Amino acid sequence: MNTILVAAAVQDGRLKRSTFEVMARAREVAAETGSEVVAAVLHPTARDLAPDLMRHGAVRVYVVEDPVFDRHVNVPVIDALERVVKAALPRLVVAPSTEAFKDVMGALAVRLGAGALPDVSEFGVDGDSVVAVRPVMAAKMLARVSSREPLVLVSVRSGSYEASASPVEGEIVPVDFSCDAGTLRQTLREVLSSGDGEVDLSEARVVVAAGRGIRDEAGRDLVLELADATGAAIGASRAVVETGLFPATAQIGQTGKVVAPDLYFAVGISGAIQHVAGMVNSRVIVAINKDPDAPIFDYATYGIVGDAFKVLPPLIEALRDAGKT
Amino acid sequence: MKFCVCIKQVPDVAAHVQTGRMVLNAYDASAVEAALQLTEAHGGTVHLVLAGPDAAKETIRKALAMGADEATHLVTASDMDSYAVSSLLAEHFEDGDYDVILTGKQSQDTDAGLAGSMLAEHLGRVYATNAVGLAVEGENTLLVTRQGDAGQEIIALPTPCLVTCSNDMNDPRIPSLKGIMASKKKPLNVQAVTPGPGRSELHDTQAPPERKPGIRIDGEPAEQASHLVHLLQDEAGVL
Ligand SMILES: Cc1cc2nc3c(=O)[nH]c(=O)nc-3n(C[C@H](O)[C@H](O)[C@H](O)COP(=O)(O)OP(=O)(O)OC[C@H]3O[C@@H](n4cnc5c(N)ncnc54)[C@H](O)[C@@H]3O)c2cc1C
Repeated sequence: MNTILVAAAVQDGRLKRSTFEVMARAREVAAETGSEVVAAVLHPTARDLAPDLMRHGAVRVYVVEDPVFDRHVNVPVIDALERVVKAALPRLVVAPSTEAFKDVMGALAVRLGAGALPDVSEFGVDGDSVVAVRPVMAAKMLARVSSREPLVLVSVRSGSYEASASPVEGEIVPVDFSCDAGTLRQTLREVLSSGDGEVDLSEARVVVAAGRGIRDEAGRDLVLELADATGAAIGASRAVVETGLFPATAQIGQTGKVVAPDLYFAVGISGAIQHVAGMVNSRVIVAINKDPDAPIFDYATYGIVGDAFKVLPPLIEALRDAGKT
Repeated sequence: MKFCVCIKQVPDVAAHVQTGRMVLNAYDASAVEAALQLTEAHGGTVHLVLAGPDAAKETIRKALAMGADEATHLVTASDMDSYAVSSLLAEHFEDGDYDVILTGKQSQDTDAGLAGSMLAEHLGRVYATNAVGLAVEGENTLLVTRQGDAGQEIIALPTPCLVTCSNDMNDPRIPSLKGIMASKKKPLNVQAVTPGPGRSELHDTQAPPERKPGIRIDGEPAEQASHLVHLLQDEAGVL
């Protein structure tokens, strides 16, 4: 029987929702091809995360436990995933397209002699090929790609599939691994975290994103209030990140993160192609911009031409009122 | 330190109509800029390597005009996937003694982001991806700030190493007239190459399905706000 291995994405000790999105699609592909779905987790206490993966259909969960996995360092991740792959012998390895996985995917593919289809929005198996669709040219075009290698690695954009549970009685498989920090040639000195427990961007159902039109602290406060009123994560354009008003982790677009929430507010964002590349697959897009010709309106489900500083206060109030009823 | 920057020529993705105009990949331009800044501050040389068709010479000249010292053009007209490119570059680096290899974090046209870490693995080098800051520490350590999922990670990499660069790292300089004149005299080593096989196929590219045209909400701010909330609740069902 063929195996599909899902490499779980863990953040702050939790499995990211994108892991379950990938699991849901992996189950469909497994059903079509008579394969089984297994998962791998790398974390100091990986075992604790196994039940949640079984709830989403993993018949075996390969757990690799080592303190080094508390924070992302690429060398031990590549070594550990190599071990898991040698134990599980999958046809396909699928992972959410996080910065952590992007960091190791190419090296892992070379290490394993595998094909690699990165940052896809759809994937499947067709005969002896792994097939996928991936946005290219700053998401202006969709490319159909495939790999016929016996082992193929695929990373999937968040929001590409709907997560759903499908509990199975799974088995935990511990993988022997130890990492001697002394033999690591690179050292992680420091992590400058910018998330103070806010909603994670790639997980959020609602994203409020600010652009350069949000020119000062007063504007930022309005954006934060709008996010609070809608339970949203905060995003930003590159131009407003450059002003220092928003952290670089909030950047959405070709260089930044790719998100596909149910609802995306673009406030004071012009809609440059490189920004749109990171949000165009959002279900509902609301654009608030004072320039009626701003390109963002070409993508907006609902467009408000107006000054964000004037539109946001009544909007926040109306949303709070709506939340009360 | 001795740097080599891998650069690529890509179509201008920001153009409204595809005119066939080709440009230096923006992420690679930031890598070139980073190498120039570090060698200006600490000494060293900046080499370039580009794998691509004859016409990509123009892009090499541009990066030389920015200030790089010399370049190698691996001439091939073949389409290459990330694996084929990284294998070709790995051969090129077999007899180079570069302290630091830099690449862009991805290409603006394919957004694959694989070639850098593939090359590092071929060469057995330590590496970091998605760098937004780069500094030299002592004789043989590079301090890389990389943008991770939830924050910035500061990593010390001993040389020889490889780093892939984000355009959030710097604003690449525009070549000066003097730089452009000087670039014409800089050594350009041209080699015809035949890339090995890739590990993936590209079948076709198509425009994505169009989004449904949207609705403009007019009126005074308060009216716009209540109209929008009503639409989000009753029409879109997202609240
Ligand atoms: C290789 C590359 C990668 C890139 N990657 C990214 C990326 O990941 N993410 C990204 O965002 N950009 C990226 N960019 C940059 C991108 O091209 C744009 O420069 C950027 O998105 C512009 O941000 P902005 O819309 O906030 O600013 P601007 O383009 O300056 O737009 C500001 C908007 O605010 C509006 N406005 C002003 N005041 C108000 C007000 N009071 N009320 C309402 N509206 C107002 C204006 O009408 C204008 O439309 C990249 C560029 C390159 C070359």
